[in-house]
This record gives sequence, structure tokens and C-alpha cells, in this order.
Amino acid sequence: MLSRLKRDLTMAEAARGPGGARVDLLLVADMVAPDARVLDVGCGDGELLQLLAETRGVDGRGIELSREGVNECVAKGLAVIQGDADTDLADYPDDTFDYVILSQTLQATRRPRIVLEHMLRIGRHAIVSFPNFGHWRIRLQVAIGGHMPRTDNLPYSWWDSPNIHFCTIKDFRDLCQVVGAKMERAVALNAYGKPLRFNAPWWFWNLFGEQAVFLLSRRA
Amino acid sequence: MADVDIALDLARAREADAPRDSHVVRFGPDRPLKLDAGVELSPFQIAYKTYGSLNADRSNAVLVCHALTGDQHVASRHPVTGKPGWWETMVGPGKPIDTERYYVICPNVLGACMGTTGPASTNPRTGKPWGLEFPVITIRDMVRAQAMLLDDLGIETLFAVAGGSMGGMQVLQWAASFPRRVFAALPIACATRHSAQNIAFHEVGRQAVMADPEWRGGRYLIEGTNPRRGLAVARMGAHITYLSDAALHRKFGRKFQDRDNPTFTFDADFQVESYLRHQGISFVERFDANSYLYLTRAMDYFDLAADYNGVVANAFAGTQTRFCVISFTSDWLFPTSESRAIVHALNAAGARVSFAEIVTDKGHDAFLLEEPELYAIVRGFLDGAAKARGLKSAGG
Repeated sequence: MLSRLKRDLTMAEAARGPGGARVDLLLVADMVAPDARVLDVGCGDGELLQLLAETRGVDGRGIELSREGVNECVAKGLAVIQGDADTDLADYPDDTFDYVILSQTLQATRRPRIVLEHMLRIGRHAIVSFPNFGHWRIRLQVAIGGHMPRTDNLPYSWWDSPNIHFCTIKDFRDLCQVVGAKMERAVALNAYGKPLRFNAPWWFWNLFGEQAVFLLSRRA
Repeated sequence: MADVDIALDLARAREADAPRDSHVVRFGPDRPLKLDAGVELSPFQIAYKTYGSLNADRSNAVLVCHALTGDQHVASRHPVTGKPGWWETMVGPGKPIDTERYYVICPNVLGACMGTTGPASTNPRTGKPWGLEFPVITIRDMVRAQAMLLDDLGIETLFAVAGGSMGGMQVLQWAASFPRRVFAALPIACATRHSAQNIAFHEVGRQAVMADPEWRGGRYLIEGTNPRRGLAVARMGAHITYLSDAALHRKFGRKFQDRDNPTFTFDADFQVESYLRHQGISFVERFDANSYLYLTRAMDYFDLAADYNGVVANAFAGTQTRFCVISFTSDWLFPTSESRAIVHALNAAGARVSFAEIVTDKGHDAFLLEEPELYAIVRGFLDGAAKARGLKSAGG
């Protein structure tokens, strides 16, 4: 399910940077300190893990729901296990990783709050990227079109979508408050995968950001 | 008993002391093997095969651990049956465990019957086969013996240890007992403990052997008999557990063997019956009945958590070994849930672990059969580990 989402994101020709990597992944990679211990939850075919290994020298692990994704990753030499973000994070001890990453997967989890809490428990930092459901085009489709939104990045009909827990940037900030996460960095990307103005107000991001990437840590 | 059977029995019995086409290391009274049963085995010997060559810094050795009815002939002709090695699809030049890159060592396990000391070997105190006087052994004893073999060969660290089923149990035991000697571990289709169901199946097999009057209380080698029927029945029962309902149906369905109608007798009317009988008979040619009892017992006793205060993760605390755990969807003897338990324990220990489940209808035996996805995963995992270990690629 998650890998299907990833594939579709890739098929939607998400913007790619100079090295050919997706801009949202480059952004995530930029938030990771060199040589860190990283867990990528919902790692798909391992693109981010490879990027992190090559550019950051990280000791990376992955969890992926789809068998094809896992087998592809292991055959590439990545340390990836077949598993489910909703059930398997509970097995990791506290403080196992420097960063736990959830890239474009939050909205497909059954219990996003518990997933986020586990991420902040087993990692010193959590990095979460997700599609912003507050983007003006999505609002317009619901408000004017009167139907569930479909975009290039979110191409599913409501009845076959793996995405069961959409949120807006504002909603996610609220969740961070609830779980006691400290926001260290946040970036919103426009429809072309370019970061929005750094000093823009939150309402602007929530309206014009198509995706968001948050770097979180536990409140001391 | 037909002459040909007697000849086969003799040929097999000779392998126990003097294996053909194998290297043998003999451990004299100065190097006894301390067993979990609380006794020492001495003298004893280990028969093994090697493939490829050891590099200058002795860093490319791969230990292959065989399963219950396997042996050291992993990638070369079997001296008794003349059949190809049991893992030739996996081990060899250019194969996933590439003998042009790695130095592969495959020892016959303790308690087996192909040249490593076991119940069919000669007891030096009596000059006769050990039989049931042979001490009961464990998976940990097998691994201790293998470690002594590696000491003898001057190999301090293994690049990898790989094996399926009982071989996978040895891999886990290696990683637990000698973490610093194992760089990478590949436990396939196995578990950290033998389940009640699996112990039950083994017990049926042992009872079949012991119910055969030819078994003679385990003294058949001395009395010149052989519990052929009992061991064949044990093998037939066990063989079903290695397959799956779907695979049996695909291969045989309800098809008749060399006939169009039922005979209304107890002949092997069905192809599946004929197949199982063949499996039983051909197994007896190459395997010792008492070895079957000892090795199934060793698997039954295997419970890694029991040695570590009931917590499997403790067995791997602080490990630097990289693991790749593999299971098969249709394996009901060592189902995926067992492999997942290994992975959970390794995660809890903070180990570097990969885990893949392969879709197949071939059951437990899938690890021995043509499974391209298995080869890709093993190759990829070993390549990644070799890079981390600084091993040169083959020819490079």
C-alpha cells in the first residue's frame, strides 16, 4: 500500500534536484546530521536510505510494508525489514536512533499519533513529510467542486485511497503540541517541489504549501 | 536382505569413520569437546568440505551449516548417492555464495553420519559403533565443535555464516555464542526455538524408527540389521512437513501412478504415495537411523532464549553482526511468524537486520529449491556486507 503511494508519487514526476533525487527527499536528507543512525519508516524501494548513505554516511535501517519493496532494498544491500509502522515500531527500544523518518507515509497509517509518539521515543529526532490537505487547490475541489480532492500527488479516488488520515500543516502543528514535540525546523514545498519563502506566516504555508517537512525533537 | 542393500549399508557405515571426498580433522585427548549433557567427547573428528580459496588476510571464509538430513557435500557430488550437492544453486562459482570470492567451509555436523563423530562412528573404548551410548548432543554442541574446527584451520573471524532450517539454528547459535567471530549471519527458514508441533512431528519419526524390530535397541550396526522401514516411514512423515498442501496438489493432485483405475488394494495407487515411498527408500541409503534420532533431538532441545534468562534479545545484546533473516510464505514448519520473532529480538538488541519473506508455494523446502528472489536477496546482502568488510569482488 505504502509502496504504491510512493510509486505514484514518483510517477507524478515529483520535482527532481540536480542529482536526480526527489526534492522532498533531498530536503529530508539535508536535515540529517552526518554519520547518524537513521530509521526510515515506509522506506519504499530504498531511495532515501541510499541517498542518506551516499551523501551523509548514515547507518540506515528501513521498515517497508510491501514485500517487493523490501526484497528490492535487501538485494541492494540495505538493512530493511518487512513490517508495519502501526504495529512494529513498538518493538524498538528507546533512543535506538538519532533520526526516525516518516516520508510521505503519515497519512496512510492507522494511528498517526501513536506512530509519531513511537518515533520520538525510539529516535532523538523525528522527520515527517506529508501532503498538505490545506492546499488551496484541495480546498477548492471540496468547496466548489463538492467532491473529494484528487491531485497529481494524490491521484486516488476516495474509495481506493491508501490515505486514511489526511491532515493540513495546521493540523500537524496541533498534533506536535499534543504529543509534546518540539518543532526544530519546518519547510513547505510548492507544487513544483520548491520551498516556500522561509519567513512566510503559517496561514500562507497552509494555503500554498503542497507538501511539508518537519524536523521534530522531544521536548526536554 | 538383498545383497545390494547389504553393500549399501556397508558403504554408508564406512563413511561414518572414513568419509570419502572430504577433509577430516581429528581432535585427540588433548582437545576434548565439552557437551551440554555434562560429559566430554574425546577423541572425536569433524569431516568437512571446502570450496574456493582463503584470501591472504583470512577474511573471506563463509561457513555453511547444513540441515537435519544434509551433509558437507554442499556443492559437489555425494559419495554415496552420486547426486549433485544439496545447495549447488546457491554455492559455487558465480552463484550467490560465490566461491570465486568467498572461501566456503561446510562441516558435517556433530551426531551426523558422514564422517563427523556420531552414533554410527566407532566408539574407541569398545571398538564398536557408539549406538545409543553416544551422548545426546545439542545445537550449541555442534557450533562449539565447528568453532574448534575453525581454530584448527586458523580462521579467527567468519565473513558469514549461512544455513536453513537446522542450519539456520546453528547460524543463530553462532551469532549468540561467538558474536565477534561472525561478521554477517544468514538464518533462513528457522526459529529461535523448536515449536511443540515440530517436537511432536519429530517424536513420530523417532517412534517409527524405534518401532522397527530391526532397530534392536539402537544396536543394529553391531547386530548386522538396519531399521530400514522405520527410518523410511520417519522420512515420509517428515517430508510432508517440508512441502505444502498447494505444492503437493500442484505436483501430484489425485493422479494415479502407472494405472488408470484404483486397484482396490494398498499398493501405491496414487502418485503422491509412490513419491513418498521413493523418498523414504532413497533416504535410508544414505542416512543412519540413530543419527536421525540424535539430530532431531538436538533440534527439539534448541531454545535460544532459555540460555539467556528467557529473553532472545539478550542472546544478541551489543552484537555488531549484520543479519539477513529470510522466510517463505508457505513454510508451515518454520512459519514467517518465527522469523519475525527473530527480527523483533534483533531489533530490540539494536542489531543491523534485514528481513524478507519470499512468496512461494514450495513450503519449508523452498530454501533448497529454485527461488530466484532468494538468490537475489542473498547475493545483495552478501555484496553489501563484503563492501563493508572491504572484500574484493570476484576477479577484481
